[in-house]
Amino acid sequence: MSHGEPESFVRKYIFSVDHKVIAKQYMITGLFMALLGGFLAYALRSQLAWPGDSIVGLGVIAPHAYNSVVTLHGTIMVFWVAMPILVAGFGNLLVPLMVGAEDMAFPRLNMLSYWVFFLSTIVIIASFFVPGGAAGGGWTAYPPLSGTVHASGVNWGMNLWILAVALEFVAFLIGGINIITTGINMRVPGMSMWDLPLFVWEELIASIVFLLAVGPLIAGAVMLLLDRSFGTGFYAPSAGGDPLLFQHLFWFFGHPEVYVLLLPALGIMGEVLCAFSRKTIFGYRTIVWSVISAGLLSFVVWAHHQFVSGLDPRLAFPFSVTTILISVPFAVHLFAFIATLYKASIRFTVAMAFTLAMIALFMIGGVTGVINGSAAADIFIHDTYFVVAHFHYTLVPIVFFATFSGIYFWYPKLFGRLMNEGLGWVHFAGTFFFFNLTFIPQFALGLMGHHRRIANPQIFEFLRDGQGLQVLSTIGVIGLLAAQVPFVYNFFASMVRGKPAGRNPWEATTLEWATASPPPHGNFDEPQTAYRGPYVYSPPGEGPDWIPQFEPPAEALEPDTAISETAS
Amino acid sequence: MTNSAIIEQPMETATELPNSRMAIWWFLASEVAIFGGLIVAYVLVRLHHPEWGEYASHTINAAGAINTMVLLTSSLAVVLAHQAVEEGKLEKASKLLLTTVAFGLVFLAIKAYEYTHELHAGFTPVTNLFWSFYYLMTGLHGLHVVGGMIAMIAVSRSVRRGEHSARVECVGMYWHLVDIVWIFLFPLLYLAS
Amino acid sequence: MLDFLPENISSFGGEIDGVITYIWRIILAWLVATEAVLVYLLVRYRRREGRRAAWLPATTWRAKAWILVPAVFVTICDIGIEARSAPVWDEVKLELPEPDLLIRVTGRQFVWTFTYAGPDGELDTADDFEAITDLYVPRDRVVRFQLESADVLHSFWVPVLRLKQDAVPGRSIPGWFEATADGRYEIACAELCGASHTAMRGRLTVQPPEIFDAWSSTMAEQQSL
Ligand SMILES: [Cu+2]
Ligand SMILES: [Cu+2]
Repeated sequence: MSHGEPESFVRKYIFSVDHKVIAKQYMITGLFMALLGGFLAYALRSQLAWPGDSIVGLGVIAPHAYNSVVTLHGTIMVFWVAMPILVAGFGNLLVPLMVGAEDMAFPRLNMLSYWVFFLSTIVIIASFFVPGGAAGGGWTAYPPLSGTVHASGVNWGMNLWILAVALEFVAFLIGGINIITTGINMRVPGMSMWDLPLFVWEELIASIVFLLAVGPLIAGAVMLLLDRSFGTGFYAPSAGGDPLLFQHLFWFFGHPEVYVLLLPALGIMGEVLCAFSRKTIFGYRTIVWSVISAGLLSFVVWAHHQFVSGLDPRLAFPFSVTTILISVPFAVHLFAFIATLYKASIRFTVAMAFTLAMIALFMIGGVTGVINGSAAADIFIHDTYFVVAHFHYTLVPIVFFATFSGIYFWYPKLFGRLMNEGLGWVHFAGTFFFFNLTFIPQFALGLMGHHRRIANPQIFEFLRDGQGLQVLSTIGVIGLLAAQVPFVYNFFASMVRGKPAGRNPWEATTLEWATASPPPHGNFDEPQTAYRGPYVYSPPGEGPDWIPQFEPPAEALEPDTAISETAS
Repeated sequence: MTNSAIIEQPMETATELPNSRMAIWWFLASEVAIFGGLIVAYVLVRLHHPEWGEYASHTINAAGAINTMVLLTSSLAVVLAHQAVEEGKLEKASKLLLTTVAFGLVFLAIKAYEYTHELHAGFTPVTNLFWSFYYLMTGLHGLHVVGGMIAMIAVSRSVRRGEHSARVECVGMYWHLVDIVWIFLFPLLYLAS
Repeated sequence: MLDFLPENISSFGGEIDGVITYIWRIILAWLVATEAVLVYLLVRYRRREGRRAAWLPATTWRAKAWILVPAVFVTICDIGIEARSAPVWDEVKLELPEPDLLIRVTGRQFVWTFTYAGPDGELDTADDFEAITDLYVPRDRVVRFQLESADVLHSFWVPVLRLKQDAVPGRSIPGWFEATADGRYEIACAELCGASHTAMRGRLTVQPPEIFDAWSSTMAEQQSL
């Protein structure tokens, strides 16, 4: 398994086994796919605001093409943006560094998982260009619509969709096993499980949840492919099959999947929150237990997506109860984050702003979920834009606000420099404002009864009054995309022009800050030891307001002025 | 290059479990989830279809029973191979692994005989949902058998050369899982209720 | 915000609106309180020269109480919400009242078809008659429907009735409603069902019972001719 620093360009930057390079590959692929997913969002929102008009950059969208746009927007954002960036990208970058390892447990498997993922990316992009167009059955791909060619008119697009998702699952299964093994097994001496940074905990639990939840859907996807290609009838009532079976398999995975994305995001936020509030996390073990219990509960809530799906109505009550109960561990988690700010000394950086905004916005997503979780209210709310607004208020903070926070925060460990804070604030302000402008109108539209995945709301009389809100929301998404321009510029320009960061620009405590920025091949100049918990900020008494995990107790506790000058 | 000197040593891990063993456990957990999902789906559908008991009577119980014995015996061979590695008898371990592969071949041969027989009798994967499940589950299991055999051939060669002897344990655990899955499939698919 | 809800003309719609309003008030109170605490903390504890953050790892139960006690209140609210909402679900989806009129609603790409049981009150008999796209029902009468699908998933969505139920091929899903006001309203399909999912629009016409009865017997007569 040993490997020295590779010499050739290809080995160093393309087929690299170095976890930091692989992390960058995941992140950059994910960010690129985010642009694609964002463009699809722009396309579908434009269609909704100005139905039938030609859309700049795309032309007129036919109804079946609209279905493909909606389907691929959701699919790409979940599987090709959120998963690679949050789970694989940050997981690869940070888990080995935070536990003090020189690489992942299985570097070559790690490379393999990225390239399987890359292949899946090619397949999903290719699915746009095959005859019949891309999959149009929604990101949930419910059969019979997705199960037969004649129902949707989409043939190869759907097959490639299933293939791409399956490849992606394989990639993240391999990657997840690697992350779990690394996080549990590769900890430096002195680091017990209770000394792990929160990010590592959340990443571990997310990977375990993914690994246990995805199996049934893999089986379900195989059955769907067999139904399509060989005429079996797993989901066809005429053959004794049941379309609801797929829904169960899908949501048994689909709900935990939300937490697979949420947990790494919360982990990122925990690190950022402590570093910039100069305060230890409030209730470290309470948070870890809340995450574990949420992970367990997430396996028994799935049918809340199916209250009105034809499920036995007597099942609504138990699933409604578990769903509403799962709000409790997450309430504990968020309350702990908020309590961390009590008696803190808060430094407002761009990274911190994104984390704080994530908390503020995610709460909106969280509380509106309670309405969906109540089976009675769901009769009206289900499959309306209220649900769309709700899950975008959870997923956009998770996938974008937390990601941005993490990128601004760990940019030094990616590229050795700091991103420009001024541009960062422009990015933050634009993203925050336009995000709300996009989705607040959708709550109102949902309450009007606006159902999902329709290409032209104007044909319904009860939705005509909502056209102003449609336009507002579309202006929001255009603004939201425009607000990413300073970020994209900042991201690339800072690689060469950013201020050199030094080892520990934020005066943070975890092990990734013990090494150079960016860390060399093999990560650390010398083997590390953990001497204390991860968040010793502002310990009682005088002295510096942080004591890193890696600092031996015997040494003088004066801050190294050379590395801390960039922090203020 | 100081760090490469360190990792030449056998990896010491925080839990004292080797990485490979830890990873294979989690891998097996994910396999359990796949087969578990499939089996639960099958059982739930079957509860609505009492007539499947009659379809299941067309499977060849004797063949399934013999195959259960074949797989159990092969698992024993893998256990012995692991034991041989612990005792340092690499040559013996390598041979025992190949013995397991041979049992795997017997299993597949019997399975192939069954498939031919059933297809000739007109029971194809699209005959009805029972047979769809039957072919899907036994087929997926068969692919796992093939995968395990390939892995064991590779491990048996490297063990003979004295390398990667820890991998014997990994393929062994994987093979046990394949075995256990079969022990679930056999009564569910073959034995009419 | 709740003003955006459409007009309600269903006997149970008020209950559903009531649940939504009830939850809405609770979550709004929580949201405002939590956001207020968050903003207060951000302002109050912004970085100041010479002020050091406190050391509060919250390892004691006494300290943890600061987050666990609010979580207990969350649980209490959860239980309250479930207690308020579960009976409404049962009323709408589980306890089907004796029907005055029986119809079959069939979704197929991309139209709604309504089959009336006719004078004998039983489906699949000779006196059944059909209406396509347009659903006529009498006011203040309990309508029982059997929801079916001929091809893929659809969802029978009548906003003014607060009624939504997926149609699943291979199943006949029972449901009911009672419209309380005359008029013409819209029916939509709320489950993606293919290229023209958008266009799967139907109409609901609620009439005084005597007009409906006249229409119904004319239709039945035509059927028997
Ligand atoms: Cu869910
Ligand atoms: Cu539809």
